[in-house]
Amino acid sequence: MKDVDQSIPDSSLSRVPEVGFAPIGSPAERRLAELWESAPGWRGWLSTIDHKTIGMRYLVTAFIFLLMGGVEALIMRLQLARPDQTLLTPEQYSQLFTMHGVTMIFLYSLPILSGFSNYLWPLMLGSRDMAFPRLNALSYWIFLFAGIFLYASFPLGEAPNAGWFNYVPFSGQDYNTGPNIDVYALGMVLLGISTTVGSINFIVTLFRMRAPGMSIDRVPILVWGTLTASVANIFAIPSVSLAFFLLWMDRQLGTHFFDVLNGGKPLLWQHLFWMFGHPWVYAVVLPAMGIVSDALPTFCRRPLVGYSAVALATMATMLLGFGVWIHHMFATGLPTLALSFFSAASMVISIPSAVAVFAWLATIWLGRPVFNTPFLFFAGFVILFVIGGLSGVMTAAVPLDLQLNETYFIVAHLHYVLLGINVFPVVGGIYYWFPKFFGRMMNETLGKWSFWVMFIGFNLGFFPMHLAGLLGMPRRIYTYAPHMGWTTVNMLTSVGSFVFAAGILIFLVNILVSLKRGVPATSNPWDAPTLEWAVPSPPPAYNFAVIPFVASRHPLWEERLDESAGRSSLDQGYLLMEGRETIGTTPLDAKPDIILKMPEDSYTPFFLGLFSALVFVGLLLHWRDFTVLMALTCSLSLTVWMWPRKALVQRVPDNKHDKETVHG
Amino acid sequence: MAEAIQIAKALPVGSDGKRAGGWWGVLALIVTEGSLFGYLLFTYFYLASQSEQHWPPEGLPMLVMPGVNTVILLASSAFVWACERCIQRSLLRWSLVSMALAVTLGIGFVVIQLNEWSKLTYDMTSNLYGSLYFTITGFHMLHVIVGLVILMVLLLWIALGYFDHRRYAAVTIGGLYWHFVDVVWLFVFTTLYLSPYLY
Repeated sequence: MKDVDQSIPDSSLSRVPEVGFAPIGSPAERRLAELWESAPGWRGWLSTIDHKTIGMRYLVTAFIFLLMGGVEALIMRLQLARPDQTLLTPEQYSQLFTMHGVTMIFLYSLPILSGFSNYLWPLMLGSRDMAFPRLNALSYWIFLFAGIFLYASFPLGEAPNAGWFNYVPFSGQDYNTGPNIDVYALGMVLLGISTTVGSINFIVTLFRMRAPGMSIDRVPILVWGTLTASVANIFAIPSVSLAFFLLWMDRQLGTHFFDVLNGGKPLLWQHLFWMFGHPWVYAVVLPAMGIVSDALPTFCRRPLVGYSAVALATMATMLLGFGVWIHHMFATGLPTLALSFFSAASMVISIPSAVAVFAWLATIWLGRPVFNTPFLFFAGFVILFVIGGLSGVMTAAVPLDLQLNETYFIVAHLHYVLLGINVFPVVGGIYYWFPKFFGRMMNETLGKWSFWVMFIGFNLGFFPMHLAGLLGMPRRIYTYAPHMGWTTVNMLTSVGSFVFAAGILIFLVNILVSLKRGVPATSNPWDAPTLEWAVPSPPPAYNFAVIPFVASRHPLWEERLDESAGRSSLDQGYLLMEGRETIGTTPLDAKPDIILKMPEDSYTPFFLGLFSALVFVGLLLHWRDFTVLMALTCSLSLTVWMWPRKALVQRVPDNKHDKETVHG
Repeated sequence: MAEAIQIAKALPVGSDGKRAGGWWGVLALIVTEGSLFGYLLFTYFYLASQSEQHWPPEGLPMLVMPGVNTVILLASSAFVWACERCIQRSLLRWSLVSMALAVTLGIGFVVIQLNEWSKLTYDMTSNLYGSLYFTITGFHMLHVIVGLVILMVLLLWIALGYFDHRRYAAVTIGGLYWHFVDVVWLFVFTTLYLSPYLY
């Protein structure tokens, strides 16, 4: 029997993948479209696992959260525009600044980048989907439900109110008796599940789903950025999930982790929170820096200067990022020796950051820049990154930090960093990939207007915050007296924030106008070098009609760059069309390793996401039986999900012999 | 160079052992779960080192039953490993027996651990140590229960004849998770039961 097995290989278990052509309209291409397209109507809407749909949902949902967080900020700026205003009560102000932080940091900044990466990764890597398409859908649904969960108590006036880093003992049961903090704590654990499974998906996708020949030194920098962020996430997220869970247990089950009277330590919260928090800061900026590293060179008409240096700097930043969390705690009375180490480590981060900055500058300097909208956003980003980075180095110095801690200087720094390194690349990235997403170009005139209004508004709004901080204005105060000398800077900041909001509005108008009336885009309107521009705009459901063979870092610029001897093959490649299939490759060299069977559309991710969210609803409302029931339905959904399928060759195919060889 | 891709090579199809996506996914899951236990144990050592109380407040933990229980858990891991080896050699009946033994031993661990809990004079609200002890062992217990459910589902699938030497990735992947749960217990055991003897 063994001999038979070897001489006649079972084609359902092993085969030579067919190589061929599948131009648009050919029978092969039509068959692929049939295999990969989702069902029309609500069925397809609920069950789709197409990474492009999920990526777009991430982008839209996260952008809505950006607008919500933005409106919260504008209300606060109205309150702070002049001294002694009474627009908001102190409690309302506390809830607004907390929800503003929670929204921007957790519901906008990483999810929007996950949106880009979800949409773009398989297209950049030459694959037909992510490694775990259903997990991808689950990650989105849980993100959406967690976002709703975190906002559930907002209309009741009981939103989280202890700031986004939620220090104990103020967030403990003694000082904060309402549901506010419980909503925050449970919502964050729920959101953590989404981020974790999403990160695992990115990691496995990078190592397994690249087109043959796309060795690890040929992937775009966005991929490096998201990979680094994802690896950091799977190490860091458990810390914050645990912290919030322990806090919830302290509040509801009577444990003593943060309970000062019974030996608990408030500083434990700060350690757990910032061990997560600082890597998270890099998780929300490194993929955005990756966007710039990939898109900026297109507009400089040359490859990025120092690809390897930038890739290494990306990872070095994150590695160092795990060793700097104490710089959020300089004023907590820790030993001077510890402060010195963490201060030094924080300053060292400026080295890899500078490597990236100089790489971008050199790319602009050595290239022939095309000054259109995406370029402006990316160049603007470099300026804001330098300003935000400088104020970061300043606050990394312990004595200066002791002076500036908890003042508006810190607020200025973190907004320069987060808006500068996240929002500007994100908006620039949308201008850049909009033609790929929707097959239409965005309006250039409106685009330039949106950039200049945003850029001027941003600097007008946030630069004076540095001064407010130096003048001693503490953060998170709901109003101030007229004689404090903070009136002018606050008025400037408020005006600037509304100008910035107007810029965002122009951008939104541009999106709506361009969706309807934009000039139709070709597959590669910017003449860009990477694989996502090799497929039609918008991309078909199967992404690549044939899986390409990649021979260089810039497959679409090979003729003029002549980087390597070989040429990538984009029209001819693996057909793989016996069901949903794509190629799995080896982690470093990207040699073909396995034919992967990809799952069909499925409702399971939606229901598993829903039931998981309901578990947390049950915990919040102390419905014990309901919680247990929902946990059981979760495990049931998971069992259905994992059930080995013949179609995916997860179990043995039924054929001929073999049954009787069992006892050999 | 990398251009020399062997295009005409036969490739396995579907979930083939450690080439399957699931194997990689569970490895990543183990990294993040391992970090979770890392942070739990950090919490323990941080609070223990900062505590002004006598530590552990109720005196040193007894080692006999937890020690026996540790051996039981490790033995169950060995049977999961044996189960996979049997499938590789198409000894399906033996693999079934082996997995059933692994599940039984796992259940034994849970029963003994619950019994250990019931003997304690404190609970998670009594004092800081109680909070730590029950949270850490509780987290681990939860993982053991999830792992047991996985093993039982695998047992069912093996009984249904889903796997043989050609395709059995689910057993490899589920087994990996169970080995992780068992290895983590060694760290929990060392922290909660052995480390108090050092100071």
